[in-house]
Amino acid sequence: MSTFTLRVFRGAGESGEFKEYRVESEEGMVVLDLIHRIQATQAGDLAVRWNCKAGKCGSCSAEIDGKPRLMCMTRMDLFQESEPITVAPIRGFPLIRDLVTNLAYNYAKAKEIPPLRLKPPEADGTYRMMQEDIDRIQEFHKCIECFLCQNVCHVIRDHEENKKVFAGPRFFIKVAGLAMHPLDTLDRTTFTKETAGIGLCNITKCCTEVCPEHIRITDNAIIPLKERVADEFFDPIVWVVRKLGGRDKPARS
Amino acid sequence: MAQLDYETHEHDVIVIGAGGAGLRAAIEAAAQGVSVGLVCKSLLGKAHTVMAEGGIAAALGNVWPEDNWQVHFRDTMRGGKMLNNWRMAQLHAQEAPERVLELERWGALFDRTKDGRILQRDFGGHRYARLAHVGDRTGLEMIRTLQYHGIHQGIDVYMECTIVRLLKDGDRVCGAVGYWRESGRFVVFKAKAVVLATGGIGKAWQVTSNSWEYTGDGHALALWAGADLIDMEFVQFHPTGMVWPLSVRGILVTEGVRGDGGTLKNSQGERFMFNYIPEFFKGETADNVAEADRWYEDKKNNRRTPDLLPRDEVARAINAEIKAGRGSPHGGVFLDICTRRPADYIRKRLPSMYHQFKELADVDITKEPMEVGPTCHYVMGGVRVDADSTQATVRGLFAAGEVAGGMHGSNRLGGNSLSDLLVFGRRAGLHAALYAKDFGGQLTVDSSQVEVITREALAPFDRVGGENPYAIQSELQATMQKLVGLIRVEAEMREALTRIEAFKARAGRVHVEGHRQYNPGWHTALDLQSLLTVAECCARAALERKESRGGHTRDDHPYTDDQWGKINVVLRLENDALRLTREPLPEMPAELKQLFQERK
Repeated sequence: MSTFTLRVFRGAGESGEFKEYRVESEEGMVVLDLIHRIQATQAGDLAVRWNCKAGKCGSCSAEIDGKPRLMCMTRMDLFQESEPITVAPIRGFPLIRDLVTNLAYNYAKAKEIPPLRLKPPEADGTYRMMQEDIDRIQEFHKCIECFLCQNVCHVIRDHEENKKVFAGPRFFIKVAGLAMHPLDTLDRTTFTKETAGIGLCNITKCCTEVCPEHIRITDNAIIPLKERVADEFFDPIVWVVRKLGGRDKPARS
Repeated sequence: MAQLDYETHEHDVIVIGAGGAGLRAAIEAAAQGVSVGLVCKSLLGKAHTVMAEGGIAAALGNVWPEDNWQVHFRDTMRGGKMLNNWRMAQLHAQEAPERVLELERWGALFDRTKDGRILQRDFGGHRYARLAHVGDRTGLEMIRTLQYHGIHQGIDVYMECTIVRLLKDGDRVCGAVGYWRESGRFVVFKAKAVVLATGGIGKAWQVTSNSWEYTGDGHALALWAGADLIDMEFVQFHPTGMVWPLSVRGILVTEGVRGDGGTLKNSQGERFMFNYIPEFFKGETADNVAEADRWYEDKKNNRRTPDLLPRDEVARAINAEIKAGRGSPHGGVFLDICTRRPADYIRKRLPSMYHQFKELADVDITKEPMEVGPTCHYVMGGVRVDADSTQATVRGLFAAGEVAGGMHGSNRLGGNSLSDLLVFGRRAGLHAALYAKDFGGQLTVDSSQVEVITREALAPFDRVGGENPYAIQSELQATMQKLVGLIRVEAEMREALTRIEAFKARAGRVHVEGHRQYNPGWHTALDLQSLLTVAECCARAALERKESRGGHTRDDHPYTDDQWGKINVVLRLENDALRLTREPLPEMPAELKQLFQERK
């Protein structure tokens, strides 16, 4: 048993401050356990989002000593008992209360992405896909929507105005997952360029570094998408082929 | 009367709960052309389905062409010790394959066979490898697929909104009252039909795989609205939850570990499951290590390993080993996959288990065994529904998924939950929409009902001193764990009921600090109402059933009794008092009974 000092952000809307709590910790505990202890014994109204407490649902994102992490996967033995630990809400989104932020931006962006447009089935009415053709997309499907990548992406973190024209890394892997999906027939290149705003990303890989699922967001999703956009819009041969038809019309929204 | 402070939304159908069943119900109702509202207790995509690991059971026959709905039906009924609603089990087995293929058409990417079809994995109680899966994160794939399909279907989604009561217009349900977590303000949903898809009750126990949301809301909402609950004594303790460190105690370890070759061992290294094969499953279970080991490679000529007996059997066996002093250092038993399977295989098939043990317990499962023990996982009991339409015993109310009772009898097979969500989620959405279309007359919401509900909900702010909601919740969990757990006896359950009465009195004196905006103390206080209700239902039903069957084991009535095999324990409110009756189980038709004779 050891005792830690947690400096937890308390506040709502535009205002707030860090409050200190002394909390006991036992072997194997994580930051979320201590937050729950504060709730149960010292501050019943301390607001925090969480669900699975096993790194699977992506609800408990926070900035712990300035580092964006899942509270349920951040073990207390990472820290020194003598040093206070700062727990703050993720900064990229508007504060609701304490450790809870408004994630509406992400749900709005999700809705903009044109969904799967299915190709016709095989003769027996089913679909065949080879494992090697879906390995990459299964990597993208590991996303738990913790939105830590969205939180650290500097295109929007400090530029509120870009949120209108930029989907963010979580949704680039969503678009890439559809673009590479063996059963999909829709061309989302124009969408990727114009609505999702992939050109604004300058590949600093902050998103990849912070991903708790270790999805190689930049290398495996963003760069291939950028290449598709470049091929489609800046390669003269592709441009002619596209003008002559043969593929589905690009999606616009 | 003062103007009541709440907003109102009107829909033909509202769906309460946005896990697999709720999302599937909303999608189907929207497809019928009615207006649909989907109410989520958390953010969209975070519901408990996201944590499901092993797979979706469906007799696709991709790995074993011999598989078909009859075999799946038979396995499900036998797994439930024949107490299942036969019609639900039949519909489930028949429709599950199409529901899985439909997910694929909506973008889900299941692991593949060599010829490009959906791969299926072995699981407890399933005769053939039957579970469509994505590594050990099948629930995530399922909820994302439904979520991203659902957001384009014109459904209105209300996130972080908790329903506290249903509204009645005469004998029919006409909506619900809830509050927004963010603002603490109240909201009324006026609806012709209400679908409950709220999941389970596992938060009433201390060691559980369930998240904070699982407070039995839908069970309690239905009961309070006058509907019947059945089979509430049947709670599944999953045999393999993490046991160490304490902070992760109860977190699920997928049955897929055993499906993919993991075996259970005690502190002496003995594969103890061979000592616990019940008569009922002797014919299909290997009785020696050599045959069980051969089964992994040759399933035609060998019987399956007892490590893959249904969950109730395995949980009891583990419990007995621990009690006999043959447990692991932290009070579990060992689950070992590293001696049978290479590290690459384990990381590919069970990435999330690998990650979970590595990060949270410093255990590398490719090199050493896991320590596991039983954890409260699932409630078989729930709202009594019509099998085909999912309609409850109150008009306008439908229920699907874990909140509905009957489908799984006294014990659910692994993998049958995700398929249940899809099959009966779709049916609930369909029949709620049809009901709403047929609905004649005016919908009337009685504002005095709303007033009473909201006033009661706000009471905890006004009290001074009083009880801490977190303390009552944690004492209730300890009580259920100790007195209405995996193994039960009459005196302990009576003691539990006495304590629950005391908790109810204390819950009436709960005080919360602060204001209504995103206040977890207040949310916990409100959730206590449903949690105490379901805990009482479980204890009452468990006390009544004087036999052992599936997820209900009585030390004082250790045997299965054929007479009890024909009875459901039913609970309903009469004049605000909980009334319990024994009612006959629906009789299976002769042509289905035959399926159980042929293979004897």
